[in-house]
Amino acid sequence: MSKRLSRRLRAEIDRWLAKFPPDQKQSAVLAALREAQHENRGYLTTELMDAVADYLEMPRIAVYEVASFYSMLETRHCGRHSVSVCTNISCMLRGAYEIVDHIEKKLGVKTGETTEDNRIYLKEEEECLAACCGAPMMMVDHRYYENLTTELVDEVLDGLD
Amino acid sequence: MTDNHFTIEIDGKEVRAEPGQMLIEVTDETGHYVPRFCYHHKLTVAANCRMCLVEVEKAAKPLPACATPVMNGMKVHTRSQLALEAQKSVMEFLLINHPLDCPICDQGGECELQDLAMGYGRDVSRYQEKKRVVNDKNIGPLVRTDMTRCIHCTRCVRFGEEIAGLRELGATGRGEFMEIGTYIEKSMTSELSGNVIDLCPVGALTSKPFRYSARTWEMTQRGGIAAHDAVGSNIHFHVKGDRVKRVVPAENEAINEIWLSDRDRFSYEGLYSDARLTTPMLKDNGSWREVDWETAFDFVKDKLGAIIAGRGADKIGALVSPSATSEELYLAQKFMRGLGSNNIDHRLRQTDFSDQDVAPAYPGLGLSIPEIEQLNSALIVGGFPRKDQPIINHRLRKAVLAGAGVMVVNPIDFDFNYDLTHKCIASSAKLGNELAAILKVAAGRTGKDAGSRQLRARVRPGKRHKDIADALIRADRSAVFIGSLAASHPQLSLLRYLSGTLAEYTDSSFGYSGDGANSAGAWLVGAVPHRMPGAGNIRAGGLNVDDMLRNRMAGYLLLNAEPEFDFFDGKLARDAISAADCVVSITGYRTKAAEDYADVLLPMALYAENEGSYLNIEGRQQSFTAVVSPLGEARPAWKILRVLANKFELPGFNHAEIGDIQKELPDAVEDNQSGNMGAWQAPEAIETGDDALYRIGYIPMNSVDAMVRHAPALQQTVDVADGAAHINSAMATRLGVAGQESIEVAGQDAGVKLPLNIDDSVADDCVLIHGAHINTGKLGPLIGVVSITRA
Repeated sequence: MSKRLSRRLRAEIDRWLAKFPPDQKQSAVLAALREAQHENRGYLTTELMDAVADYLEMPRIAVYEVASFYSMLETRHCGRHSVSVCTNISCMLRGAYEIVDHIEKKLGVKTGETTEDNRIYLKEEEECLAACCGAPMMMVDHRYYENLTTELVDEVLDGLD
Repeated sequence: MTDNHFTIEIDGKEVRAEPGQMLIEVTDETGHYVPRFCYHHKLTVAANCRMCLVEVEKAAKPLPACATPVMNGMKVHTRSQLALEAQKSVMEFLLINHPLDCPICDQGGECELQDLAMGYGRDVSRYQEKKRVVNDKNIGPLVRTDMTRCIHCTRCVRFGEEIAGLRELGATGRGEFMEIGTYIEKSMTSELSGNVIDLCPVGALTSKPFRYSARTWEMTQRGGIAAHDAVGSNIHFHVKGDRVKRVVPAENEAINEIWLSDRDRFSYEGLYSDARLTTPMLKDNGSWREVDWETAFDFVKDKLGAIIAGRGADKIGALVSPSATSEELYLAQKFMRGLGSNNIDHRLRQTDFSDQDVAPAYPGLGLSIPEIEQLNSALIVGGFPRKDQPIINHRLRKAVLAGAGVMVVNPIDFDFNYDLTHKCIASSAKLGNELAAILKVAAGRTGKDAGSRQLRARVRPGKRHKDIADALIRADRSAVFIGSLAASHPQLSLLRYLSGTLAEYTDSSFGYSGDGANSAGAWLVGAVPHRMPGAGNIRAGGLNVDDMLRNRMAGYLLLNAEPEFDFFDGKLARDAISAADCVVSITGYRTKAAEDYADVLLPMALYAENEGSYLNIEGRQQSFTAVVSPLGEARPAWKILRVLANKFELPGFNHAEIGDIQKELPDAVEDNQSGNMGAWQAPEAIETGDDALYRIGYIPMNSVDAMVRHAPALQQTVDVADGAAHINSAMATRLGVAGQESIEVAGQDAGVKLPLNIDDSVADDCVLIHGAHINTGKLGPLIGVVSITRA
């Protein structure tokens, strides 16, 4: 048997399930995984994915496929705060790689890694978060910061607990 | 368009096509070859390899033939410059990440990628960058992975979802990081998993036991018949240097289509077990020595001759495997009857013989294997076809996908690979009550009554019984099947009466799923004590297997049967056979147990080394020839039996070749289905079913016969007897053994300590203890009363 999902999580999944036909429970998998990840401080474990699979009556491997496909779902342990920098064309032209280099140097980690104190997870480079007019940009815990400068980056990152 | 047909043009030739067909289906029919990797006619269309691009006039770009529906008047070019260039470019992409390791790849020589690279690839790769490397996964003892070779066609993934009914493989990750695998370390548990080896167009999934043991072009392919269930799947043996190197399915749409169960695919390993008996052996004063055939035959003649002269031929009994060939079984009964004894039986795992006189000529399925797909409703009584007869279950599953409902009456809530619409999970002692309740509803609904009233008087049908009866009545085409667990049931005749009558009332077909590879053949050729070949009853029949063991014969002739594993009551069999004056075992294996109970061991040719025929559960006779020589001094059992008969100077044993025996075999009855519905006697009344604790001695698929028990890879799968006691959690609490690691299980006159496994699929008042396990034989009957205490 799998781990039991929390009451809050089940209620949230049920809310999503109500939007789909009863024989298509798997439609709620993205919402379920997003909530499960949120509750687990930013990443999914195999046990959590199994629990979601069992709750939605899906094959477990089908949930692993979804979780490993989408970049907003993390399947490895990562730090409290998630920082992702867009390096797609607009941001790249406006100096996104300098921002990435700066953050890597500042935090002492490469993209895809978490700082030793488990404070910040620097995500793999993002491919366009749809904020080209404010390039270069980064997303920190779901909040967008645009027209980045190294000073602004320092300010934001230093402000994280 | 005429009569709903399309006319399309392929490479300048006009052809007819059905609306809804995909282009590739039409080109396959007309013989215009279009290259492909992901398309497979038994799987859904994925269109992700893009290899089948063809030019269609008026289309802006090349279209994938596998996913392009035909349109009237369509003009298609499969070999035009545009098509060839598109195919060549796709090939280049596919080869980018594929390693150049064909010389050490098992798929080499039968690889679709290799073949198409020859036909469509460039000589030189323009790709200079780093190739992708993927870590291999361990997905169990049968299938080996080399995932760097994978081209992501997803045939194996679709197979799991669509055919095996068990999604075990998936495509995780994205883009360049996409990988086919199980994500977590996990062995495949599907009983059909080996089929992904055939489906994989490259060398990513190959056979683990076969690995590095031969190259494809060194082997010759010869036909055969699978020998471990009553389906009789068609197979190909791949032979090199007089050894079977591997087994693959042979296509037969009427039986196994293109699939094969893992048991049938990997059992060949049992041929080359170290335990194979390769020379005749005698026990002299307690020690074994190898002898020549002549000495062995003389020894048997002396010993059995002495018993016949001193105590009579009816003190000898023959116990024969239901997986022996019809020819072997025919000669065995002819030999026994020639000696003057009707004591022959193949029903080794059966215990209730009370209705044997009215049994049909042979147990049949009641319909053909493809007809299973057409069923709307099916009831399985005491069985788990998913593991027992995987091919039959595959057909049932196809019926379910088409909307049919499958229902069960079982003592264990087995894990089917489709949803059961209704189920009655009840203790072994109460299966009769469950059936009687269903019958009562059916009788009430249909107004039919064939003398079953007394039986139904005391049962109270519940909702599930009503649902099952209604489903059977409502269905256009319905069937009731007796499974392998019911065949070992102490009340088989009652279950058979109730199931058969239920089938009659509900206008369903009725049939058996069969025991061993040839139980139908065994019945027909007279390998039963009360029937001659051709199913004529004998007035004073011989002893059935149970009586032969209880009455302690002075001599036993065993044909490919192991007392400790292959009998309903392993303890009774072992004790009776050990105590006999002379035990002649015609067998493939030399085991510790056999050394103990036997007096002479005669090595027999097994499986691929043997020739003969099987009558499958549909009544279809299938012959096969030997594809390799028997190991060592082993000989086909029919020859052994013939020479034995010659030693005893019995008349009518001058068969020079297998065909001479086949001329004497009775013909299979064309329509045995009505015969299935025997004129059984209704029992007086039905016991309410006691609340005693019953052992359920289910036998997992890879423990059923000696050959699979000696096949190493199969023995590493999950489908082997585990020697544990499985009870549900409520029972564990009631019996005061919850939380215990192991428990004491006591049968009639012996106890054994077994590990405890909490398993809520087991019904109340039941304990699942697999049969055919070295530690559980002492417990006696496969289905019988036991008691459980703390160890």
